[in-house]
Amino acid sequence: MITLRGLTKRFAADAAPAVDALTLAIGAGEICVLIGPSGCGKTTTMRMVNRMIEPDAGTIEVGGRDVTHVDAVTLRRSIGYVIQQVGLFPHLTIAENVATVPRLLGWDEARIDARVDFLLALVRMDPATMRDRFPRELSGGQKQRIGVARALAADPPVMLMDEPFGAIDPITRGSLQDEFLRILRELGKTIVFVTHDIDEAIRMGTRIAIMRAGRLVQYDTPEAILAHPADAFVAEFVGTDRALKRLSLATVAAVATTSPPPPGAPRVASDANLRDALSLLLAADVDAAGVVDAAGGVIGTLTLAALRRSLRSDPAAAESR
Amino acid sequence: MFVDAWQYLLLHRAQFATAFGVHVTISASALLLAAAIAIPAGVFAARKAGAALAAINIANIGRTLPSLAVLALVLPLLGTGFAPSLVALTLLALPPILTHTIAGLQGVEADVVDAARGMGMTPSQVLRQIETPLAIPVVFAGLRTAAVQVVSGAVLAAFIGGGGLGDFITAGIAMMAMPQLLVGAIPVTLLSLSTDYLFGTLERRLTPRGIR
Amino acid sequence: MTWFLRNWDQVAIALWEHVTISLTALSISFAISLAVGIVAARHQRVYAAAIALAGFLYTIPTLAFLALLIPVVGLGRTNAIIAMVAFSLLILIRNVATGIRNVPFEIVDAARGMGMNARQVLARVELPLALPVIIAGLRVAAVTVISVTVAAAYVNAGGLGTLIFNGIATDHPPKIWAGALTACALAVGVDLSLAALERTLRRRRTA
Repeated sequence: MITLRGLTKRFAADAAPAVDALTLAIGAGEICVLIGPSGCGKTTTMRMVNRMIEPDAGTIEVGGRDVTHVDAVTLRRSIGYVIQQVGLFPHLTIAENVATVPRLLGWDEARIDARVDFLLALVRMDPATMRDRFPRELSGGQKQRIGVARALAADPPVMLMDEPFGAIDPITRGSLQDEFLRILRELGKTIVFVTHDIDEAIRMGTRIAIMRAGRLVQYDTPEAILAHPADAFVAEFVGTDRALKRLSLATVAAVATTSPPPPGAPRVASDANLRDALSLLLAADVDAAGVVDAAGGVIGTLTLAALRRSLRSDPAAAESR
Repeated sequence: MFVDAWQYLLLHRAQFATAFGVHVTISASALLLAAAIAIPAGVFAARKAGAALAAINIANIGRTLPSLAVLALVLPLLGTGFAPSLVALTLLALPPILTHTIAGLQGVEADVVDAARGMGMTPSQVLRQIETPLAIPVVFAGLRTAAVQVVSGAVLAAFIGGGGLGDFITAGIAMMAMPQLLVGAIPVTLLSLSTDYLFGTLERRLTPRGIR
Repeated sequence: MTWFLRNWDQVAIALWEHVTISLTALSISFAISLAVGIVAARHQRVYAAAIALAGFLYTIPTLAFLALLIPVVGLGRTNAIIAMVAFSLLILIRNVATGIRNVPFEIVDAARGMGMNARQVLARVELPLALPVIIAGLRVAAVTVISVTVAAAYVNAGGLGTLIFNGIATDHPPKIWAGALTACALAVGVDLSLAALERTLRRRRTA
């Protein structure tokens, strides 16, 4: 869906490039997370996709079309844009904010109204009460919901999100991440998502692109990066607790056996992630727990040994640890 | 004393009406001229950091110059009368309008402008739909300051033959004739206060609801 | 130019008069504004009332104000000084009050917590930290006062305005230039000096 080829940007003639011959392909419906230390070029890369920053060299393809030199304004109207501080227009109502791009595209009023109501409901904000409010009346989390709704307004196939949940308190952030993951997957959007938070990257990304000094260091699924970090930098970047992070990507159901649990063993839900399950086993100081389904009925056993085996499923992983 | 002043006014109705008319005309014209120059200049300068800084520095110097000094400097160059006074008053009104236009535009949050551009607005759409509504309160505050300054300056314009209510005041002082003096001083004070009130109301009305 | 060089003593006298009147007015205004400003910083209603009154006075045209004072105090320096004080109150009160209010709460809190009484907090913490904003207001007030003094020559207050009025009356442009340009130079000079002072104070006070 999006292909970047040899994308380069230099801000000062004699300094190192901010983005150095970056080549990256993102499939349709994927969430590609760009992550790396400060100054690695992730935001610059994202902003080159909608030409907010013009590349010095290389090409950008969206939907099979070379957009490196097309009219930037028209291009941006077909790409959703969500930034960290949201940037809602303070002098316009929520409805007017969301309707911005459809208005620019000349949709008729009825269509716009229907779309605004649909989007507000989609981001779990009651259209009737919220339409005519102003941004200053909203909390941080609410503002970003509107920000995403606004970006989705003209139903663009591609969306750019620059640390969208960075300015939101940690408690709200988690629920927002889950909600938007659900929405974006449901709508089948292709997303370029910039963050500096590795946990967010693992949670949100179909594939993660780890960048450093303008270059792509590793580009793979979260599981693969955690299991096989490309070098010492990546290994350190994803954190020394990457085994635990890997566990959080799998569920109990994948690893449980159908044999009955030992008597007195604690219970764990079958849809819980393995990291939480490990925590439970350690807290109870046992080697096995009974797995229960949604109704509460025991359907099998989770053993510590099976849990460890799941990390060992790839022989190469055992060596790199 | 006030009774005398009132009688003086009644006796010189036509003269007063002319002076009042001239005062309002010259003030309004100077304000409009200054706005026509300073607002576009401000819009242009706000985009370029260097130009904005230069413009603000020049405007600040302009703001410090004593009004009467500016009027007096025009005299040897352009002579006396309506036109030279208009020029001087326009010069006096430029600084506050210029600085407020630049401040107003630069005061629009960068994130809001970034979002607008990123969503696909052309530069002129960003200016018209986003920056202008958000900058208007500040720009109008500048117009208000300039308006009051011009009405006050127009009084001093009497010294260079600009006409207006200042004529009554200067004549009144020269001849120590209180009624004449009051016929100039009180109405012009009321005019100044009304102008301030008028622009204040305009400023409030034009501020978008979302940012009041 | 030649007139200026031959008569620089006239200009010097006028300049001296101008400076003394301005300084007198500014000192009085500052004293009043400091007192009112400190109270206004703590009490919103005092602030609102003070700003409303001072704002009203500020909007009165300069020459009209001077003229209106004539029946009350006649001509001369007193007249001019009263007008100048009235005009500069607004900016000074506003800046004193705002400057004090803008001192970060945690700093005042720490000072109180260390055992300073209200007067010590004011003198040792709030006022010093509010100084840059106060100087900024003083800067505008100084320029305003200098400007009023020029016009005040017409009510016999002296100052550089006398050169201007004299020059107009006798149709003698060099005199007009001398008076006007010196007044401008004085205003700009004072403004730039206080601006430099403001900058230095600000730098020293930023953590």
